[in-house]
Amino acid sequence: MSSMFGASVQRVEDDRLLRGHGAYLDDLGGDALAVAFARSPHAHARITDIDVSAALDVPGLVAIYTYEDLPPKLAEPLPLLIPHPSLTHGRTPYPLARTEVNHVGEPVAMVVATDRYLAEDAADLIDISYEPLPPVVGLGNARQADHLVHEDVPGNVAANAVQKHGDTAAEIAAAPHVLEIDLEIERSASTPLEGRGVLASWDPHAKRLRLWTSTQTSTGVRAAVAAKLGLDLADVDVITPDVGGGFGVKIVHPWPEEVLVPWAARLLGQPVKFTEDRREHFIASAHERAQQHHVTVGFDDEGRILGLDVRFWHDNGAYVPYGLIVPIVTSTQLLGPYKARAYRVEFDSLYTNTVLVTPYRGAGRPHGCFVMERTIDAIAAALHLDRTVVRERNFIQPDEMPYDQGLIFQDGRPLIYDSGDYPALLAKLKELVGWDEFAAAKDAAAAQGRRLGIGLACYVEGTGVGPYEGGHVVVETSGKVKVATGLTSQGQGHQTVLAQLVADELGVRLEDVEVVTGDTRRFGYAVGTFASRTAVMSGSAVTLAARKAKEKAIRVAADALEVSPADLVIADGIVQVKGDPDSGIALGTVAVLSNPLRYAFDEAAKAATQFAGGDISRPPVAPDDEPGIEGRAYFSPVRSTFAAGMHAAIVETDPDTAEVKILRYCVVHDCGRLINPQIVEGQIHGGVAQGVGGALYERMAYDESGQLQNASFMDFLMPYVSEVPQRIEIDHLETPSPLNPLGIKGAGEAGVIPGAAVLAAAIEDAEQILIRSMPISPSDLFELRRAHGQEEALS
Amino acid sequence: MTKPEELHEVAMTVNGATRTARVPARRLLSDCLRHDLGLTGTHVGCEHGVCGACTILLDGAPVRSCLLLAVSADGAKITTVEGLAEPDGSLSAVQQAFTECHGLQCGFCTPGFLTTITAGLRAVPEPTDDQIREMVGGNLCRCTGYQNIVASVRRAAQIQRDRAGRP
Repeated sequence: MSSMFGASVQRVEDDRLLRGHGAYLDDLGGDALAVAFARSPHAHARITDIDVSAALDVPGLVAIYTYEDLPPKLAEPLPLLIPHPSLTHGRTPYPLARTEVNHVGEPVAMVVATDRYLAEDAADLIDISYEPLPPVVGLGNARQADHLVHEDVPGNVAANAVQKHGDTAAEIAAAPHVLEIDLEIERSASTPLEGRGVLASWDPHAKRLRLWTSTQTSTGVRAAVAAKLGLDLADVDVITPDVGGGFGVKIVHPWPEEVLVPWAARLLGQPVKFTEDRREHFIASAHERAQQHHVTVGFDDEGRILGLDVRFWHDNGAYVPYGLIVPIVTSTQLLGPYKARAYRVEFDSLYTNTVLVTPYRGAGRPHGCFVMERTIDAIAAALHLDRTVVRERNFIQPDEMPYDQGLIFQDGRPLIYDSGDYPALLAKLKELVGWDEFAAAKDAAAAQGRRLGIGLACYVEGTGVGPYEGGHVVVETSGKVKVATGLTSQGQGHQTVLAQLVADELGVRLEDVEVVTGDTRRFGYAVGTFASRTAVMSGSAVTLAARKAKEKAIRVAADALEVSPADLVIADGIVQVKGDPDSGIALGTVAVLSNPLRYAFDEAAKAATQFAGGDISRPPVAPDDEPGIEGRAYFSPVRSTFAAGMHAAIVETDPDTAEVKILRYCVVHDCGRLINPQIVEGQIHGGVAQGVGGALYERMAYDESGQLQNASFMDFLMPYVSEVPQRIEIDHLETPSPLNPLGIKGAGEAGVIPGAAVLAAAIEDAEQILIRSMPISPSDLFELRRAHGQEEALS
Repeated sequence: MTKPEELHEVAMTVNGATRTARVPARRLLSDCLRHDLGLTGTHVGCEHGVCGACTILLDGAPVRSCLLLAVSADGAKITTVEGLAEPDGSLSAVQQAFTECHGLQCGFCTPGFLTTITAGLRAVPEPTDDQIREMVGGNLCRCTGYQNIVASVRRAAQIQRDRAGRP
């Protein structure tokens, strides 16, 4: 049987999704009551009165809840999920606003009705009186702190954190060259096509809660909801249905809606459902990316970085339920494939009266990559060196692996790169894009009045973050293999990829393997899907679980066949003597034999019943054994594994309209061994499109009063097919990770990370104008041309 | 508003079968298909006609079901994603191409692409790459970066040729 590992097999998910038979959150619970929220229209205000009387006459109204109605545990602020010693002023929202609202869209009252239209009618009729407070919008105002978001948080500073290795100040002071650079990235957001949603059903007889939610962590939601509702974990099932994209935003939990909906379902004794609409997703979920950075870098005549000091300011929005993950990732992943002799990074995480900020695909890495790569390009320009040469001179070399960057990563563990070959990646990229030949092409285009530019950007991505994932594999008596892992799927093809791994390990056909993710009824211990971790974590776990099931199957079959286990193999679902394919017994039959029976349920089961024979001197199930062919295993790596990649782009800028057109987009990528190359390339394609969106189109346009001016797909410019490169050219390098049994590294976020950096570099090369802030629209570029003229142009 | 809403009877031919529903005048066709008729394959991504996930075929033409009122579709012939497969239950050329080319990831936008492309290939059975980008240019996908969707349309045209026995 050919190996499934490395094969671009078609996805097992596709058939149901293509027929319209997927089951997304709003496709469930047709009989459920519907929820709508009255949300704050103000960015910052005190609530002075809530009058629901006008809403009470709406037909179909079932209930209206405000903060006053919440029981004690629900009346507390929602949890701060990832505490950190530097997060000295962590603030999280109440499920329903208590006395103050801190961003437009914050939920104030919840309406339950027989139908969503009626629930919205009633929500509109709730009369909420506000006393507006001065809003803090944008990093400039947050830093200036003339006004405070939370009156007990001085300077709007949620956290200040420093990391360093070496004596950066001394290195910079002694360096022959020093540059100072200010760099800025604006807000964008995950923006999955399906928003958030939650459906809850309470069984009053069993006193159990069943919850379906469009989440990236079913076990996280279960723990949070159980705590808020005073239930034990065993009394709560959380099931993640098909999820219409996540990209980070759905890792946040519990959302206010995720605790309020099950609470109402229990109170009302009826299923209750909330389905987020598009405007709500813009103003009431989460954004990412806004940061300002000030870089001071000292380097030698060769362009080697001696001291790198980065001070940055992170806009965390109104609350910090997800802690400091994004700025910590920026702080640490900023270094990319490079070694600085000394590095110091300090950030402030600042409150603003805007939607909260939590990881969006890349999670701090795109900003870090932008800062580092812009810095390297500035060094190259200052020394009149080729940009690839400066990179080569600063690369960590393959023989230096594992390489300790001397910092603490987002998982609380040392930032030690496990593997990688950055010079080889750069060589591949230069070849793929034709780096050395570009100058001639650029000159030829210039002779025709066309402006072409080339840029490149490199990144290293910590993936497969712990603490652990688990897997369970059971062989049915039909011979089918059921696999479960606790983390969730949002379109990555986990059912396919995990089935490929189990089919290989167990020796069964791919079509006989069925994988379930994100269902606490099937697997109760899990962390979630984020940080490009599923293949590494759950892939390793289900492989180890399948290995255990295989060992058991071979042991049981060896008994039945009266041969040595060492002589048996499993192929195509048959346990057979090596070299004798006719000798075997089917895996399903082995499953029957493994479970000593009193009752025969079919013909095959008779073989396992009590009068069918066997050694009557031994107990039917040995003291150290269990019935069934099953394996359960956990994978918990000592630390993250580090993928890497490099992108290059060739752009053309229009001399008149300042429109930026991407002519070529090239990706070289190293995520270790590829399980399913077609799926990996699909992940890269999607990431690149989001990178292009973040570089050229997407921004959250808040006005000074904290109103999001573009909270719709009409105004928030997410790329259509017309905005993405017509072709994304991809080459792979495979340096296996030593940290997991499969030698793999994560791939999910890779495509997005260098987007802003590579396109800024290419535009700068075309325009000869410094690009320091992204995204950049044609009008931004036009203004840059006009404002900066040639005085800031590159020499 | 204190009175229950007035309901209107609508009758449509959906995927070849006559379906009726009693709906308020303001009910969107997308909600009617999904919640009154139980055809949840049609997805709602924005409710303002921009994303295209809710695209259905109305009398053969691709339209945004979130921009139509159900009452206005009375008497119409509608095809949703559930009605795209071949009569024998096998995947249509467009559906088959999407799985071969990995043209979908989360699958949420996919029904709108499938209906749009089904109509597009009827109008232009042998599209150029520019025509393909024009064909799918009004639908949003956040997962695939469109590369494999464009490839899927190319492949679907080929499958249609093969199934029709054309060279």
